[in-house]
Amino acid sequence: MRIGVPKEIHAGEKRVATTPEIAEKLVKLGFSVALEAGAGEAANFSDDAYREAGVEIVGDADDLWASADIVLKVRAPEAHPEAGIDETRRLREGGHLISFVWPGQNPELMDKLSARKATVLAMDMVPRISRAQKLDALSSMANIAGYRAVIEAAHHFGRFFTGQITAAGKVPPAKVFIIGVGVAGLAAIGAAAGLGAIVRASDTRPEVKDQVKSLGAEFVEVDYQEEGTGVGGYAKVMSEGYQKAQREMYARQAMDVDIIITTALIPGKPAPRLITAGMVESMKPGSVIVDLAAEQGGNCELTVPGQVVVRHGVTLIGYTDLPSRLSKQASTLYATNLLRMLEELCKTKDGNIDVNMEDEVIRGATIIKDGEITWPPPPPKISAAPVGATAAPPVVIKKEEKKPLLPPAVQSGLLLGLAALAFYWVGANAPAAFLGHFTVFVLACFVGYMVIWNVTPALHTPLMSVTNAISSIIAIGALIQVSSPGVMITILAGLAIALTAVNMFGGFWVTQRMLRMFQK
Amino acid sequence: MSEGLVTVAYIGATILFILSLGGLSNPETARRGNLYGIVGMAIAMLATIFGPKISGTASFATLLIAMAIGGSVGVFAAIKVKMTEMPELVALMHSLVGLAAVLVGYANYIDPTASFYGAEKTIHEVEIYVGVLIGAVTFSGSVIAFGKLSAKISGKPVLLPGRHWLNLSLLVITILLGRWFISVDSGMIPLLLMTVIALAFGVHMVMAIGGADMPVVVSMLNSYSGWAASATGFMLSNDLLIVTGALVGSSGAILSYIMCRAMNRHFLAVIAGGFGTEGGAPAAAGGVQPAGEVQPISAVETAELLREAANVIIVPGYGMAVAQAQHTVFEITKLLREKGVNVRFGIHPVAGRMPGHMNVLLAEAKVPYDIVLEMDEINEDFPETDVAMVIGANDIVNPGAQEDPTSPIAGMPVLEVWKAKTSIVMKRSMASGYAGVDNPLFYKDNNRMLFGDAKKMLEEVLKGLQG
Repeated sequence: MRIGVPKEIHAGEKRVATTPEIAEKLVKLGFSVALEAGAGEAANFSDDAYREAGVEIVGDADDLWASADIVLKVRAPEAHPEAGIDETRRLREGGHLISFVWPGQNPELMDKLSARKATVLAMDMVPRISRAQKLDALSSMANIAGYRAVIEAAHHFGRFFTGQITAAGKVPPAKVFIIGVGVAGLAAIGAAAGLGAIVRASDTRPEVKDQVKSLGAEFVEVDYQEEGTGVGGYAKVMSEGYQKAQREMYARQAMDVDIIITTALIPGKPAPRLITAGMVESMKPGSVIVDLAAEQGGNCELTVPGQVVVRHGVTLIGYTDLPSRLSKQASTLYATNLLRMLEELCKTKDGNIDVNMEDEVIRGATIIKDGEITWPPPPPKISAAPVGATAAPPVVIKKEEKKPLLPPAVQSGLLLGLAALAFYWVGANAPAAFLGHFTVFVLACFVGYMVIWNVTPALHTPLMSVTNAISSIIAIGALIQVSSPGVMITILAGLAIALTAVNMFGGFWVTQRMLRMFQK
Repeated sequence: MSEGLVTVAYIGATILFILSLGGLSNPETARRGNLYGIVGMAIAMLATIFGPKISGTASFATLLIAMAIGGSVGVFAAIKVKMTEMPELVALMHSLVGLAAVLVGYANYIDPTASFYGAEKTIHEVEIYVGVLIGAVTFSGSVIAFGKLSAKISGKPVLLPGRHWLNLSLLVITILLGRWFISVDSGMIPLLLMTVIALAFGVHMVMAIGGADMPVVVSMLNSYSGWAASATGFMLSNDLLIVTGALVGSSGAILSYIMCRAMNRHFLAVIAGGFGTEGGAPAAAGGVQPAGEVQPISAVETAELLREAANVIIVPGYGMAVAQAQHTVFEITKLLREKGVNVRFGIHPVAGRMPGHMNVLLAEAKVPYDIVLEMDEINEDFPETDVAMVIGANDIVNPGAQEDPTSPIAGMPVLEVWKAKTSIVMKRSMASGYAGVDNPLFYKDNNRMLFGDAKKMLEEVLKGLQG
């Protein structure tokens, strides 16, 4: 089948749906690939590079669309009435389209695509299950957005991120507060911490705490008990009491930090308003807020989507095209996600795709099948979050915990009592000579106990071989019997001496050999 | 040499032995410690040989010949042994101590010069009896352990029906024979019978224990060989033997305890037999089966991952020893360290077939010991680690031990490799480990599987790093 990659027509969009490297792999999968001339230019991929990868360059967009069985795009199809372009009209009747679509926000577009009898796979609808991670384009883009958010913030922030002590005085480190620890939030934490800032982060889902800490940031908790994990690893809307406690915490942070990056989104709902005008006012002049939720209305009350504005001395960045601002990286990752999607669709590697609605991943992504709207899909069954309960009802645990017969205190008391009895018995019955040896024995056990616990675990093997060697001291027993009368005794003793000599010499020798190997 | 001088020499030897074990607290002082041991042993031997108990040229000739033969065999074995075969050698040496204890016990019993009366006679005979008993169990148990370790005997636990009752009845018989032995004047028959039973008991005990429980068995036998020496000391009224035996015995006992704790198993449960056989549910039925996709990786990709990492932790297991891959591991380590990658090793206490086995193998391959760390030292560093590479280990990196309370290995301390950014498991196939538990680690999103023979794969990784 023929894949067509048109140039993005959305104003300012610099990404492209495939790169020369990925196109080569698509060709290997059996597809033929065509690209609209200049489609990769904004992402620094020249037409020549594509040609080398075996891609046909088509000059006219209409030709490209008409000849393609599968169209790969970044943005959802758009109409530009003044330029006389409507991408949905260009799509071949019964053709395939794979791109971001946002079916929930674009009902009209859905109708138009359905009218074209098309099959449409939305990259934004790929279910969030473990198996589909490699084709999760939202995560790829969020990762880039998170990184870029920090870079944009640094650009508008008048100070260093890292603290320094210079000849000209001390520079305090910047404090960055990140709201929402999804993929974007984590990327932002990583980038900000990498620049040397003090990073704090908060999220309604407590299980991300460890991830935050692992990136070197501090997790700020809301002082209120409620679990915020929704279905599919996303957050859910929180209760009123929680929100109040959360607002108070944000207000405290706003007064303290220099940069706030908000990434809080709830699927299918407008972005939660987390930063009020009052909080912005309370921030230090020169502070920066980057609102990654600007497109969905913004987490900050004063955000203007797509623009940078200054309010109360605070710079508010509301860019909605952050991934596009890192066009080469974004294109590479997105193209890889698309490649993985096509691999899923084309399991036979013969250049033909099969939209298998039984497959959970493909089912989720397919929003229109042969003109019929199949969105929304049935809810996802498995989540990346620990929802272990979905597995079959837990098998009744047969392995019974062996309960100790008696509580531990009674047990140790009993042991002590037994030991005391044993000692009493020995003392009452044994002759004095034995008791002398017995004293030595008990003390030696304690000395051994103390000494052995100090041995480093790395040397346990040498410990065993050296104890082996010194246990050949039993040779003494044989030695003092060698002179006893009787051939039998001499033979037994001689044999015992020979055996222990093996240990004595062999044990020390091999220990020395081993210890010599331990080097720094 | 007078009796007094001999006693003083023995005290000196005792102190040197304690110092010898104390020296092992640190690799730097360990070699000096071993020298203390050698000096102590030399003093003890010389004092005994030139002491009042030995007289006549025939005696000297006998002991010199015996020592020469035994000594040359020992040195030969010590030079020839490969480091991967250390557990076998150690097991074999235990068996020799056990056999020597048996022989000394018999020699002592038939020795006509010893004359004891009343309670002293009883105690002396009990000492002989116990000494021979422990010696015989140590001997046969060690021989079986040697067979299992060198794969001459199948590593699978051999479980006779009603084996606990069998053991118990053997114990009762042994006690009854002991009463008989003490009550009669010539107790040769009960002594011989008991020796046979003790030998059978040793065989039976070790046969019932599976391959990966060997660290416990080896250290337990180590302990027994010590107690055998101690019992001989009581028999001969020799304090040096008693002290040395007690030192060795407690050393082995502590090692056994450490090994059991590292597997979260009760000592008695290990001795009683293999995994999952103890009336529990079969491993497959317990707990939630891990589900998901295993993601393979190639050697070249592994090399790339390693090259781009800043922190790498390598977790070796018995598989590394089997494949003899420790030298290739070191080559990779050296290369990565030259590139500025922080490479360290994480050692689980029961990795391998005897305590400290992995440390010795890595030391043999010249891996500096200060980058070889214990589980407790390194476990909290995994979240900051880029790549955790597991070579031939399975159960000791099983997250099920922490996450799945129904798992047969639940509660066993494990190396938390899955907390690293990426973990790579080198394995021949998807077969489960010794405990027969499927490993959820393989299905984690950040885990990759490198299938194939560890040595061959590591050589390819090394090539990838050099290229």
